[in-house]
Amino acid sequence: MQPAELSAIDLVNAVRQGDLSAVQCTEAFLGRIEALDGAINAFLKVDREGALRTAAGIDERRKAGKPIGALAGLPVAVKDVLCTADLPTTCASKMLEHFRPPYDADTVRRLREADAVIVGKTNMDEFAMGGSNENSAFGPVKNPWDLTRAPGGSSGGSAACVAADMAPVAIGSDTGGSIRQPAGLCGITGLKPTYGRVSRRGLIAFASSLDQIGPMARSAADCALIMETIAGHDPGDSTSLAADVPRYTELLEQPLTGVRIGRVAEHYAEGLDPEVAKGVDEAFAVFKAAGATIHDVELPHAKYGVPTYYLIAPCEASSNLARYDGAHYGHRTALKNTGGFESPLVEMYCRSRAEGFGPEVKRRIMLGTYALSAGYYDAYYAKALKVRRLIRQDYLDAFKHVDLIGGPVSATPAFKLGEKTGDPLAMYLVDLYTVATNLAGVGGISFPCGFTKSGLPLGFQLQAPPLAEPLLLRATDRFQRLTDWHLRRPKKIV
Amino acid sequence: MNATAASTAAPFTTIVGLEVHVQLQTLTKLFCGCSTKFGAPPNTQVCPTCLGLPGSLPVMNRHAFELALKAALALNCRIAGFTKWDRKNYFYPDLPKGYQISQFDLPFSADGFLEVVDPKGAFSRRVDIVRVHLEEDAGKSMHDEAAGTADTRIDLNRAGTPLCEIVTQPDLRSPQEARAWLNELKLLLEYLGVSDCNMQEGSLRVDANVNLHIPQPDGRIAKTPIVEIKNVNSFRSVERALVYETARQWEEWQATKAEMGKTPKQTRGWDDPAGVTRAQRHKEESSDYRYFPEPDLVPVTVSEQQLAEVRSRMGEPPTILRKTLADRWKISPYDADVLVNQGRELVAYFEDLATALGDGKVASNWMQQDVLRTLNERGGTIGEFPVRPAALADLIGRVSKGDFDTSRGREIFAEVLASGRPVADVVASLGIAAVGDDELTALCRELLAENPKIVADVKGGKEQAAAGLIGQAKKKNPNVNPGKVRAMCIDLIRAM
Repeated sequence: MQPAELSAIDLVNAVRQGDLSAVQCTEAFLGRIEALDGAINAFLKVDREGALRTAAGIDERRKAGKPIGALAGLPVAVKDVLCTADLPTTCASKMLEHFRPPYDADTVRRLREADAVIVGKTNMDEFAMGGSNENSAFGPVKNPWDLTRAPGGSSGGSAACVAADMAPVAIGSDTGGSIRQPAGLCGITGLKPTYGRVSRRGLIAFASSLDQIGPMARSAADCALIMETIAGHDPGDSTSLAADVPRYTELLEQPLTGVRIGRVAEHYAEGLDPEVAKGVDEAFAVFKAAGATIHDVELPHAKYGVPTYYLIAPCEASSNLARYDGAHYGHRTALKNTGGFESPLVEMYCRSRAEGFGPEVKRRIMLGTYALSAGYYDAYYAKALKVRRLIRQDYLDAFKHVDLIGGPVSATPAFKLGEKTGDPLAMYLVDLYTVATNLAGVGGISFPCGFTKSGLPLGFQLQAPPLAEPLLLRATDRFQRLTDWHLRRPKKIV
Repeated sequence: MNATAASTAAPFTTIVGLEVHVQLQTLTKLFCGCSTKFGAPPNTQVCPTCLGLPGSLPVMNRHAFELALKAALALNCRIAGFTKWDRKNYFYPDLPKGYQISQFDLPFSADGFLEVVDPKGAFSRRVDIVRVHLEEDAGKSMHDEAAGTADTRIDLNRAGTPLCEIVTQPDLRSPQEARAWLNELKLLLEYLGVSDCNMQEGSLRVDANVNLHIPQPDGRIAKTPIVEIKNVNSFRSVERALVYETARQWEEWQATKAEMGKTPKQTRGWDDPAGVTRAQRHKEESSDYRYFPEPDLVPVTVSEQQLAEVRSRMGEPPTILRKTLADRWKISPYDADVLVNQGRELVAYFEDLATALGDGKVASNWMQQDVLRTLNERGGTIGEFPVRPAALADLIGRVSKGDFDTSRGREIFAEVLASGRPVADVVASLGIAAVGDDELTALCRELLAENPKIVADVKGGKEQAAAGLIGQAKKKNPNVNPGKVRAMCIDLIRAM
């Protein structure tokens, strides 16, 4: 078998046992990237040299009988929103095109310490704002299943590179669905952990109270493997949870007998594509066959999820992105004294930001600035916070009756590139089924549950109470033992 | 014009409220581990967090929070059981994140007071405190306009230093009161070890709000528009600026009759060399800071137990100490005030001295007349003062025993101070030795023999004539005690 066809768990085992060298493994995926990424554009930066050097170091240590880490030799692609000290970190924005952080994100540090091989930085919607990856300043990512379609976003590059076997696993970030939605549209598995489970230190903030890092891989078992490395308390992130990290890979075996899965009637509302609805129903049937029971649950405030999200996230973003002003780092305008500005400083600010940010980022900064302004705060931001608490309470109440909540991850399969770019509101609705998870701070996972007649993947989402990642992974793993949707590959990409 | 005279004579009341920013005396910044030490080369005490680099996160410095609690408790504030952080958003190059982490609607403490009593009885004022909150400092902008390039250089060493903001009610009634109250606040914060309150280094900054209340013939009180005075860098400047501003507002009132509310609150900068306040741009005042809860930090809860611990480590604040010192050492309230106002270290020195002497009154006299005077001349702190309490007690003890008189004692004190040698050494090297009774008798007899006229005068009842012998006695032996010489000579003459 080619390395690119193996699971992450098999690759790690093969390297550990010496059946495959870390260099061979890395080269196999780098070869795929070279062959395919010209068409897909999943990577903003491929670090061939650094990756091979790291891999060679691991091989040397293994041969010398020295200890190697839990992910030794495993190629990992990292979304370009996580800081890497040895690689540029751009957030797919002109603003940070030449920015190189002086430090590694906590997740990157953990990956390196576990001897993972970072092969490159993946494309994304600028500053993680978007649901199609078309907001990248460096060109959109193409969906490997149909290059005329969007991979979803904002972790579109991470999803596409796993779908096309350019990396066995990738790291994404999820603020309102940015791991789960592209995972669904690209036919892979993506986990958005409970808020605080993975440190946000070194994750360039979009909306701090919603952002969460998670793994994207072929299967739930591979996600479990990555979680063992990246999850855990970080004293450098005040919002990081102190709870112990379970051995996720060892908690997959138990059958689903008696596990209660909730189904939300509103998820079947107008706008849900019939093929998606069918795939979702079939997935519930699989869980039922696996011994789970299905129950109707209500999330009465879920319908306010999108408007609530599109207040809280832009408000936080408007503040988080204030630091990109041209003064200290990032893009600074070359123009000076063009007239019409209050002062040279204000001109520098305005021009640097106008030139550095793309239209969607500007739209959200303006939305957030407006909603936080005197006279509007109570009507918008304060109210959104109240609704957010109600949404969280809905989830906590529902989880008194069920162990998991299932449903679609997005209303449609992958849409055409350009299809929604002229209509921001339509684009915002791609997050319809995912934003409430972030507002509630709970965990969610997305995985393939079928294909459309035209061959596009369909996604299913499970959500769980705080810190119930072991159950999310176990249920998905069980599903993946009973189905083979997650093993299907796009036939011919180029 | 003489503004002070105007303000005392004029038919109005001066209303002053203060906003004080105090840097807390922590080793590290409020949200990162960088040093807060003053004076390092620019941008050497910085890290991703205080530089506001992408992906960096704040983590609260517990010690800073405890110091702030200490200050708030000593200011008699109510401490909130639950407090949170907020972002204050504005653009400025010395604010690298584009927002300052501060506290908006739920400050950690509120509703306190601090009283100031003029030792000479001119006033006694309780000033209510609206709130005390904690926030991070910004960096420093250095505008290089003189060079003609209009460049601004930014030093972010200060960015992230913990600051306590203390806001008072407009309870002060004169520039003098404002200055006295600030002195009292500074003293309190220094006693608590909360801040070094060094205004030159910017660890204490004051903005003053002032207006006038002017009784009208119809009984109504007219209020002039409130002016906020900024850029004052000493307490003396605060007083001068307020005096100036009071007079300016009075003149403006007479010219325009403009009242509060009809014109927006104005910010005026104090120009110290020129001795005037100048209007600043209105734009900065209309800023909308778009406060919202800081999502990168968790709220802070404060338990009763935690408060009890902070209280137990607080020590006596100056107001209490003035009383205990006067009671414990039987010194006047005025003397206690002078000692306490010099700071905690000096009080400790005094108490060591008083304990060694077993006499607070004598210790206090020496402190006020000798130690403080010398300290003022020499500069430096009492901690650096070379004559330690034990040595000074040794010296004063010898004076009390009558080994030598007070003026000789002062000479020895000066020599000990200059040379740093022990008292006994100095006494010996100056040839100062206690004069024995036999020696003294012999010396007196010699004197009487040499001064028959004085002997006759004393015999005739003019005892004051004996004073003429003292100078001669000192010439023969500088160590003699003048009182003893006088007494013995009179005794000997009577016995003749």
